[in-house]
Amino acid sequence: MSKRPGSEAAGNEPPLLYPPYVSTRLRAPSQPLVILPERLSDITAPVYGWWDPGERDNDLTRQSPEEPQGQRIIVAGRLLDEDTRPIAGALIELWQANAAGRYHHASDQHPAPIDPHFTGAGRTVTDAEGRYEFTTIRPGAYPWRNHDNAWRPAHIHFSVFGRSFRSRLVTQMYFPGDPMFDHDPILQSIPDERARQRLVSRYDLSLTKAEWALGYAFDIVVRGRDATPFETPR
Amino acid sequence: MSEPVQPPLVPTPSQTVGPFFHFCLTDTTRGRLFADRASRIVLAVRVSDGAGAPVTDAAVEIWQPSDVKGGDAAFGRLATDEGGTCEFDTVRPCDPVAGSAAHVNVCLHARGLLRQLYTRLYFAGDPALDADPVLALVPEARRRTLLATQDPDRADRWLFHIRLQGQDETVFFDV
Repeated sequence: MSKRPGSEAAGNEPPLLYPPYVSTRLRAPSQPLVILPERLSDITAPVYGWWDPGERDNDLTRQSPEEPQGQRIIVAGRLLDEDTRPIAGALIELWQANAAGRYHHASDQHPAPIDPHFTGAGRTVTDAEGRYEFTTIRPGAYPWRNHDNAWRPAHIHFSVFGRSFRSRLVTQMYFPGDPMFDHDPILQSIPDERARQRLVSRYDLSLTKAEWALGYAFDIVVRGRDATPFETPR
Repeated sequence: MSEPVQPPLVPTPSQTVGPFFHFCLTDTTRGRLFADRASRIVLAVRVSDGAGAPVTDAAVEIWQPSDVKGGDAAFGRLATDEGGTCEFDTVRPCDPVAGSAAHVNVCLHARGLLRQLYTRLYFAGDPALDADPVLALVPEARRRTLLATQDPDRADRWLFHIRLQGQDETVFFDV
């Protein structure tokens, strides 16, 4: 039996197969996952000693000699485990479309302008209290071909390493009040409305810098209750 | 150790990595692990979907022990190419725990995967496979989906086919 709380059953996580998101239809496994008891897991250790973010890696508006177009924003929050313990020294990677809704990616053929001064990739490491902060620009919404006249709500992708490989998290952060939420099968794949709301950042006046940038707060919680830190294979 | 007093938080839900992650997550430098080791292998990972088509936009992450017991583990990450494959340049891991078979942990992200998938790569022909406690949890007929096989043309190259769905679907784990 799984010790885990059944996040999918509780509606806190998306199912693997969600037919309204068309790409799941041929990619979601059809067999049940085999439950791996914690005692048999050897994937509990820090995994990314290979990355040292540079000084400007968490400021996406200063990676080019000129500033990118768009609304400057600050996105900041804390990385916590399920017991509200902050996770220090964790790698957070972030990527996004530009202000016009176009990615710095050859496969993105949306006919919106490319911004030569915006790559849209950032990375940082959490501080002793689990805090992170990025300066970037607000991404635009963009069309995709999932269904007729489909648009993704504006979002920022996050990739997070917690204390172990099992606390790995890849997710997307949204902006409050976006009218496209109800039409987006990727967000709607999460059954529980409260769980969906955990992906929506909050406008935060204390993060907002006067005459400079709007601030959005986004805390991230990763699995970790049952993780054993720093277990080295022997 | 005292128990934490706060009520537990619920983890942030997962969302798909989408098709446009490459410029942030995957460059070609994260495919070589244990760069200082002389004795090396290639792990050629291929990903295909329920129609047998190559998955050309997956991010494949591996996490494995070194070839010596007690050595540091290492992490690698590559994107699949137009053929749905990527090749890690690494070492054959040691058996991490007495009584278990050597394996590489794999975490897969792709468009169409609303959550990451975990699997394990074992080495076909390893005499330790029969006693491995994790393989023992897997229905016998499906165990072979977790075996990398030796390239018939190149002894140091191992082929691992991840079938996301359908016939011979790879076993994925709830870790």
